[in-house]
Amino acid sequence: MSYKIAVCSGKGGTGKTTVAVNLFSTIQTKWTKNVQLIDCDVEEPNDLLFFKDAKVINRSIVNQLVPVIDESQCTFCGKCEEYCEFNAISIIPSVKYASVDPNMCHSCGACLHACKFGAIQEHQHPIGELTSFSRGNQMDILEGSLKIGSPMQTKIIKDLKANACDESDILIYDAPPGTSCPVVETVSAADFVILVTEPTPFGLYDLRLTVDLMKEMQKDFGIVVNKAGMGDREVYAYIKEEDIELLAEIPFNREYAGQYAQGKLLSDVPPLIEQEYLKLAIYLKNRMSHD
Amino acid sequence: MIEITILSGKGGTGKTGITAAFASLAKNTVFADIDVDAPDLHLILKPEIKEENQFLGARIATIDRQVCTNCGLCKKECRFDAIHYRAEGGLEVNPFECEGCRLCERICPVQAISSEHSTNNHWFVSNTRFGSMLHAKMGPGEENSGKLVTTVRKNAKEKAREENADFLLNDGPPGVGCSAIASLTGVDKVILVTEPSKSGFHDAVRLIELVQKFNIPLYAVINKYDINTEIAKQMESFFLTQGIQLLGKIPFDEDMVNAIVNQKSIIEYRPDSEIARKIKEMWNKVTEPIEEIK
Ligand code: SF4
Ligand code: SF4
Ligand code: SF4
Ligand code: SF4
Repeated sequence: MSYKIAVCSGKGGTGKTTVAVNLFSTIQTKWTKNVQLIDCDVEEPNDLLFFKDAKVINRSIVNQLVPVIDESQCTFCGKCEEYCEFNAISIIPSVKYASVDPNMCHSCGACLHACKFGAIQEHQHPIGELTSFSRGNQMDILEGSLKIGSPMQTKIIKDLKANACDESDILIYDAPPGTSCPVVETVSAADFVILVTEPTPFGLYDLRLTVDLMKEMQKDFGIVVNKAGMGDREVYAYIKEEDIELLAEIPFNREYAGQYAQGKLLSDVPPLIEQEYLKLAIYLKNRMSHD
Repeated sequence: MIEITILSGKGGTGKTGITAAFASLAKNTVFADIDVDAPDLHLILKPEIKEENQFLGARIATIDRQVCTNCGLCKKECRFDAIHYRAEGGLEVNPFECEGCRLCERICPVQAISSEHSTNNHWFVSNTRFGSMLHAKMGPGEENSGKLVTTVRKNAKEKAREENADFLLNDGPPGVGCSAIASLTGVDKVILVTEPSKSGFHDAVRLIELVQKFNIPLYAVINKYDINTEIAKQMESFFLTQGIQLLGKIPFDEDMVNAIVNQKSIIEYRPDSEIARKIKEMWNKVTEPIEEIK
């Protein structure tokens, strides 16, 4: 079994991807090659931008089952429409119209149970892709991407988790931002969660929401403060008050921010920053041996 | 009334800081924070809540173990694997996994399952120093289906009409999913706040694709443009080819963060700064009554 680490942030743009990508690289160069990075931010997968040397080794389509109504069998009774909690079905008896909107459908299957006339059948409908990449001889990065506008984020995340390489020592999940369903889906399987925040009132507010979620889910977690040195000290006061482990502080560095912008996250990492990632990796290693 | 939604694709581009700056310039405007997953605008606008409303979230099923015969049908049929056997016997629903589709409730032969709407979501109507504001708070782990976004927008629109406001300004959600779509449909203008990084560019392209599907006039702001002037230039020419009007470029400045720390907009915090001047210019461009001829 792999040890699973999820990297989350309540708010977007706190540097969640930066932390996930750097941690992955630190572990790979300093600890074990047997680590996989899984980009679960399926609406906006970005991890790959930082690995120019990565080659696609496999690409597969993710489908969802969407019901299709056979109008020649349908009596337009409207029962399926009533059963659909997601408003995906519209039936207009007067004009003998029946249709399912794949962009609203959650593939729950309730309408199949509603129809007593055998008028509904399910078909595969593509909602996104899984792509695995390699930077040497192993599959070390896995990315999921969702078709624009599809509500099926969690389906892709489930497939990502199912396709992760179970032989890896460590799996790093780069979670979507926020605290809603897709985050829960990503974090649910994790042994440990890293919450990335920034020392500003925005960062703190969203951190609180994420901490609440972690507590509700009974997850072990710790905090990484990114862009340290900017903003104020409130985040630190909160971390102390809540008795949460401060795992690392990544100092803000204007030049490095420019490098990040360029996609050059992993070359010429300033020593002060490199040191913090090493600290984080060592912490995780200790944790793993205790868990 | 003109409704404007501010989006960023990727988080952390400084969207809310810029929205707050626009808020302090806007006259006769209603504000809505429709980034319901991680709402931050209230930290600067400091709303005084006038009205609190419950938003009925997705349903969650529960099994009445007194009635349940353990036939296992619900567990077998639930497509989300949300129903599990308990160590101490009987079945239970994991509320985090349940999508609220009610299939189990409908097929249970002995009606042992019921479902209730989650009551963890709220939305508010408030006063701020710049005008009325609508915002929301979502419970942790709730489904962000865009319905709450739609509710907040609908009520914000009503409020704006009631006040005879000239503008409704929405601070939008990140991403390109259903909440982003819910924040777009039927708005008059969209402002895209980006930053010049590869990932920022990548996300901006995805978002532009989405907005263009809805045929909404799109404006762009490049924030922190001097973090990487090369990518900023690429973005500029991309916007040009897409017919997107660039409202302006804002340099990186720690004062943007300092303003937030002081719970102020940059306009309030550094009224005479270069950034404040630029943002004023941008707001004027967006609100110009006559569309620019270009
Ligand atoms: S599968 Fe579920 S969501 Fe899809 S149309 Fe049928 S009832 Fe609606
Ligand atoms: S339940 Fe079956 S017969 Fe009735 S409207 Fe739906 S598809 Fe048609
Ligand atoms: S279908 Fe009803 S009776 Fe059967 S296990 Fe589920 S709750 Fe119990
Ligand atoms: S409501 Fe739907 S998702 Fe929830 S437990 Fe029942 S069948 Fe499963």
